[in-house]
Amino acid sequence: MSSLALKRGGADQSTWIVSGIVGLFAILSLYIAANATDRMMGVHALMFLAATIVWLVATGMWAGKLGTRDPFDETKYEDTLVKMGVFASMFWAIAGFLVGILIACQLTWPNLFYFEEWGWTNFGRLRPLHTSAVIFAFGGNVLLATSFYVVQRTTRARLFGGMLPWFVYWGYQLFILIAGTGYLMGITQSKEYAEPEWYADLWLTIVWVAYLLVFLGTLWKRKEPHIYVANWFYLSFIVTIAMLHIVNNLSLPVNLASSKSYQLFSGVQDALTQWWYGHNAVGFFLTTGFLAIMYYFIPKRVNRPVYSYRLSIVHFWSLIFIYIWAGPHHLHYTALPQWAQTLGMTFSIMLWMPSWGGMINGVMTLSGAWDKLRTDPVVRMMVVSLAFYGMSTFEGPLMSVRAVNSLSHYTEWGIGHVHSGALGWVGFISFGALYCLAQWLWKRKSLYSVALVEWHFWLATIGIVFYMVSMWFAGITEGLMWRAYNEFGFLEYSFVETVEAKHISYIIRMAGGLLYFAGAVIMFYNLVRTALGHERINQPDSAPAASNPPAAAALQPAE
Amino acid sequence: MYEMLSSFAQTGGLIYFVAIFAVVLAYALWPRNQRRFDEAANLPLTDREPGDE
Repeated sequence: MSSLALKRGGADQSTWIVSGIVGLFAILSLYIAANATDRMMGVHALMFLAATIVWLVATGMWAGKLGTRDPFDETKYEDTLVKMGVFASMFWAIAGFLVGILIACQLTWPNLFYFEEWGWTNFGRLRPLHTSAVIFAFGGNVLLATSFYVVQRTTRARLFGGMLPWFVYWGYQLFILIAGTGYLMGITQSKEYAEPEWYADLWLTIVWVAYLLVFLGTLWKRKEPHIYVANWFYLSFIVTIAMLHIVNNLSLPVNLASSKSYQLFSGVQDALTQWWYGHNAVGFFLTTGFLAIMYYFIPKRVNRPVYSYRLSIVHFWSLIFIYIWAGPHHLHYTALPQWAQTLGMTFSIMLWMPSWGGMINGVMTLSGAWDKLRTDPVVRMMVVSLAFYGMSTFEGPLMSVRAVNSLSHYTEWGIGHVHSGALGWVGFISFGALYCLAQWLWKRKSLYSVALVEWHFWLATIGIVFYMVSMWFAGITEGLMWRAYNEFGFLEYSFVETVEAKHISYIIRMAGGLLYFAGAVIMFYNLVRTALGHERINQPDSAPAASNPPAAAALQPAE
Repeated sequence: MYEMLSSFAQTGGLIYFVAIFAVVLAYALWPRNQRRFDEAANLPLTDREPGDE
């Protein structure tokens, strides 16, 4: 308190401003907890209250111990948050993958994990827990951590806002906790990838605006004349997600102390808004954000500038201008006007070009350093992620064609497509970035074990192949079975027969998920040991050749 | 009214996007911008602290 009052810097103001906002929420959640009209809202209000009190007490204790030290020293990068983000990402990855395996088992053996009296074990509640955990908790934390790292390095400036980025980080974790526990209790507004109810959405809006301010503020005070292309991609991700999130969640709560709300839109307008949001969650959360990672981490890791900076500009503008229109391909053969369906389909096909332009730009960055694919499994992971990106951005436009969609829609093919993008592209580029960050942030010569990265790479790759192939097989099988007629014009198969036909595929998919999960656990162990400063002896040196010790020295007998 | 709005959106959208794409291409390929792009491309490769000049 005394030290904060003595100083007059912006950073100290930020501590007061953030604590003020958190304090307001503490009072608000106390009011809601006392007046909650349903039990779920009561639980969430108490969780909010606990989180805000912990924040205020922790800030007070931290500020009391500061003395004259400047906690937001402008001559240093804010790396503590990035380090925390690395482990938050790994934690949520493992949690999310585990729930994925659980629901894959539920689909394979419905009776194995069925408890009538425990509603929260139901597939319908666990499925959004899985999707949100992997997309928003794992993916979101990777984006937070890498964007905070990259924007500082490429602007040569400390993160703007002092305490504000800390609010963004912890506020986002609180949102994840509220969303996840809400699904288990049965709170949902039934919008795919936008299930959290109005109060969680409002909280995320505040956190997200703070994130935008941190990012823009850092760009504003940059010490480099140029804004590197990765920052353009991050910025488009932050701005567009804000817009999508607000418009798709326009709703009116029953009352201030109820967890239930009603959408502003209805019917086909609501459906179109939802899939405008839904597909751009793929476009701007799972694509542009991770392309930003590609544009920074691949050049940095192989120590070469990006293949073509000009291509990256064309890539950026054409990708964001085309992606935003692709959503209607989720609504083929619905009440949506035919021309709007065709528009969504056409833009999805056009999207193939910028997607592949970006992929080529990333892969060709390795020109003249192709040997790194063999020697550095982290580079291989990132390049294979681009191969998966190229594959799923070819498959996506194909599936958006109305005639193909009539076969693929509602089948497992869609699930397979999503996972080749999520496990292959988003997962692998994230793993690559996290391996890099662990080594660079803790300033280690190499990772704890390069051999374990190899294990991770191969387990995960085989896992993805299991997943993709089994889902192609299951999806096309059930799609063909659904449209099969007998000679009298009746449907050839009952629905349960189409479910039965997928049993073997489901087992293979579950095995694929297990392999992918095993890889992530190995990675977690490797990162912990790297952070602790351990290094395995007798491992192939992944450092650049120039810094290798001379071979002769290594062969000298011990004295 | 609906016909008018939808045909305006479709034709207007086409012209708008082609024009924007032409501007982006011109900006990216303009010879005078080459030096700036080269500098920007090399930005991630240097390791400097925020205090360094």
